[in-house]
Amino acid sequence: MKKTWTRNDIIEAISDNVGISLTESSTMIEEIFEFILSELEKGYDVKISSFGTFSVRHKKTRIGRNPKTGIEVPINERNVVTFSSSNVLKSYFK
Amino acid sequence: MNKSDLIIKIANLNPSIYQKDATKIVNVFFETITKALSKNERVELRGFGVFDVKKRKARIARNPKNGAAVAVPAKNVPYFRMGKGMKDRLNK
Repeated sequence: MKKTWTRNDIIEAISDNVGISLTESSTMIEEIFEFILSELEKGYDVKISSFGTFSVRHKKTRIGRNPKTGIEVPINERNVVTFSSSNVLKSYFK
Repeated sequence: MNKSDLIIKIANLNPSIYQKDATKIVNVFFETITKALSKNERVELRGFGVFDVKKRKARIARNPKNGAAVAVPAKNVPYFRMGKGMKDRLNK
């Protein structure tokens, strides 16, 4: 079973490395999420050097099909976030 | 926006810390995710999304210019899937 990291692991890593309390670290993580989300909400790309880029794509309505029953169902238009990893991040997977 | 905008934002929201620390916080945040992924582990951030590593099978690709078959070896690639919180925020 592969390990799953959660918020807490990152909160601890920040707290250990920067020497701030877990509470402060936790608050700042939420601020990072909030900032990224609010930028994406405005339709802006979020570029993090040596990590990757988050961008929002608008998907149009299309007809999908339930693969089990073959019944056609409309898939509503929606916004999705795509992440493209930077070359630095990709280089860990050679 | 980019990483420096994010650092400035964090520094402004927390007047008690130095900008140097804000830089470190943002860097450690992304480095920790990178570290987890490089060990082939998953990072689940509720309300935001999940970072994981997907396996890509070896395949035969073609050079689009001359049509020559090229063998592409199996590899792992990092990928991100948005979480429910993010989805809801972007689809109001």
